[in-house]
Amino acid sequence: MKLHVDWTACDGRGVCTELLEEMLVEDDWGFPVARDGQRSPAVPPPLEGAAKQAVDRCPMLALKLIAR
Amino acid sequence: MSDALWYFARGSGVISLVLLTVVVALGIGSRSGKPAFGLPRFAVSLLHRNAALLSVVFVAGHVISLLFDPYAQLRLFDVVLPFVGNYRPVWQGFGTLAFDLLVAIVVTSLLRHRLGARTWRVVHWLAYLCWPVALMHGLGTGSDNGTWWLWTISIACAVAVVAAIGWRLSTGFSRFPARAERQVAPRLRKELEEVR
Repeated sequence: MKLHVDWTACDGRGVCTELLEEMLVEDDWGFPVARDGQRSPAVPPPLEGAAKQAVDRCPMLALKLIAR
Repeated sequence: MSDALWYFARGSGVISLVLLTVVVALGIGSRSGKPAFGLPRFAVSLLHRNAALLSVVFVAGHVISLLFDPYAQLRLFDVVLPFVGNYRPVWQGFGTLAFDLLVAIVVTSLLRHRLGARTWRVVHWLAYLCWPVALMHGLGTGSDNGTWWLWTISIACAVAVVAAIGWRLSTGFSRFPARAERQVAPRLRKELEEVR
């Protein structure tokens, strides 16, 4: 599973960086950046639940999980 | 038994108002993009949702108990159709209106991922109408209007929501005020409208 950020929708509200701290960090403007530097970072199996929560809680609906 | 229904309806109505006040304040708090009320952002968001769902439970209890209450004489269509009730139709109508708005806001929120952010947001703004209508319903109808404790609770709720809206409208509200406005170049505006 990969995490996809829709950058036209993302407003950098910072909920996903809290819920997926292991995968995402905030840049200087609060937008999420993948720690591994990938555009659509792979979600490790133990983090799939947290990733689903992040997708669910994103206030802008900017996150999506895509099957590999 | 009918007295018990009446007491339950009053109590659940007051609890609903308090919960909805908390929901509005938390909703504004989650919009700020900042940790608010001593909670991290995801907790503000989750508490906003869960308090809203809990308020639905109390509103449902409030409505159902009044359906069986012999004094209120609430008919089934009074639950959805405002301003045609037997008992203080205007004030009861505000309750019905707030109920309809609450149902619309909650259902669109639960279907948010299917409806898309734009539709969801437009309906969600109705919360700013739903809350004052619910407050007026509480103040105007029921056997507790005019009691000091209901005034105290209502004023405390109003102060909380007005303070939250004042915070919402203040310049320091969002986390990055410098990037608050998304500007679209004038030459692209027409194309943007077409895409939308």
